[in-house]
Amino acid sequence: MSVRRLRRRIVSGTMTALVAVLSFVAVLALVLILGYLVAKGASSLDWSFFVKNPVPAGQAGGGVANAIVGTVIIVGLAALIGLPIGIGTGLYLAEYGSGSLGWTVRFVADVLNGTPSIVVGIFAWTWLVKPMGHFSALAGSVALAVLMVPMLARTTEEMVRLVPHSLREAALALGYPRWRTSLRVVARTALAGILTGCLVGVARIAGETAPLLFTALGNLNFSTSVTQPMQTLSLQIFTYGTGPFDEWHRLAWAAALVLMGLVLVLALAARRALRSRHGAAR
Amino acid sequence: MAPPADARLQLETARLTALYGRRAAVKDVSILFPTHTVTALIGPSGCGKTTFLRCLNRMHELSEGGWITGKVLLHGEDIYDPGIDAVQLRRRIGMVFQRPTPFPTMSIYDNVAAGLRVNGRRPRAEMDAAVESALRRAALWDEVKDRLRHSALALSGGQQQRLCVARALAPEPEVLLLDEPTASLDPAGTQHIEELCHELKTRYTIVIVTHNLQQAARISDYTAFFYLGDLVELGRTEELFTKPTKEQTEAYITGRFG
Repeated sequence: MSVRRLRRRIVSGTMTALVAVLSFVAVLALVLILGYLVAKGASSLDWSFFVKNPVPAGQAGGGVANAIVGTVIIVGLAALIGLPIGIGTGLYLAEYGSGSLGWTVRFVADVLNGTPSIVVGIFAWTWLVKPMGHFSALAGSVALAVLMVPMLARTTEEMVRLVPHSLREAALALGYPRWRTSLRVVARTALAGILTGCLVGVARIAGETAPLLFTALGNLNFSTSVTQPMQTLSLQIFTYGTGPFDEWHRLAWAAALVLMGLVLVLALAARRALRSRHGAAR
Repeated sequence: MAPPADARLQLETARLTALYGRRAAVKDVSILFPTHTVTALIGPSGCGKTTFLRCLNRMHELSEGGWITGKVLLHGEDIYDPGIDAVQLRRRIGMVFQRPTPFPTMSIYDNVAAGLRVNGRRPRAEMDAAVESALRRAALWDEVKDRLRHSALALSGGQQQRLCVARALAPEPEVLLLDEPTASLDPAGTQHIEELCHELKTRYTIVIVTHNLQQAARISDYTAFFYLGDLVELGRTEELFTKPTKEQTEAYITGRFG
């Protein structure tokens, strides 16, 4: 009896230790990345880094103001295009997507979700950059939106499906038309979850580089024109990181730190939004 | 305002059969529900009583494969007539479900107002009065009048169920359908709902599904016993419980099966 108990204890202890070590390794990756970024980049984060534009190669100083503004514009525009389409598709799939059309949409979304982002970049180049005749921020936003839509659609669908069927019935029994039930009751109840999906989706595309290489291209000057090439933090990191100058490497580390910080803030906001849903019972 | 109590028939089913795909869950049932009475539907689980109830406000057709044959007449008019809009119809027939279903994102006030808002905008004062009146009729007003803006989820289970009753009453329906409204409530909550039934029947025609035979005996004027989709017996409650005419009914109410 006691031998068996001992055996159980040993197995339990070993397993607990094993999963603890594994989760430590998982967390370690994030800690190492963040720590290294802070070590390499934090010292370059000064006022001029945020407000100044790049200076000619070889010179000291300058900042990445153009890339920060460019990231906000391109990602913002992508969200503006992608969020309504993604959320709308998700709502459709959850509420009306039981037929073969729903199945098809779901399948396409899953395939699109797994499509390498560089392929999406080529697609945007072929359909937007080439006909327009030049690279543009708009083409970059479209490419990012395409990456975002399937992800959003599936998260929205999941979140809407979590809403209990009884709520839907209660609204319908009250004389709510179907569309109003979907929007006023079902989508409203799932809102926190949908919002979380949006934030995660934005965070996910904020760091994309490959599709932007073919579309937004990058720009060493400050530009807010969406029909012209535009710089983003990710493109800046790519250009500076692969460049020959130490000064560039320094700025690339700092830019990487800022980008990581941005994603972190979005992730935290997403968690908060999700918690507020459970806090609704206050 | 509801019309004065009389024996005028308000709601009746005529040879109503409810099906899921090809399987009939309710077979050929004809019942009259006299105005301002409480009719209890009893029977073992799966006997079709809830399905029957859901036919009365056309909720059954929203279930997977749900359809019916026969008629449901409200004031002599078939509610399944192609000219009748199911959405509009449901505003005239209130329903309360087994488990409380307050809308979680809405305040207490907004929950009660939900059924009114769907019927179009009205002046603020009128809305306030309608909400208060519905909450009073559901015997919930005194408990919530100081926190109408709070989330409905802050209420206890019994209060949530009375909130759902208030929500169903606010649009002034003619008929109130209750689907085991006390199944998830404690004895105090159950008593509250039962007392409500007594008061509400002076203004509404009530049909209640219940698993609790004592409850049916306590609150209903008429009782219908369902078994395997058939209406076995229908009669005045005191008669059905004291001298049932069918053997199956007697077996069920004396607890020999079910």
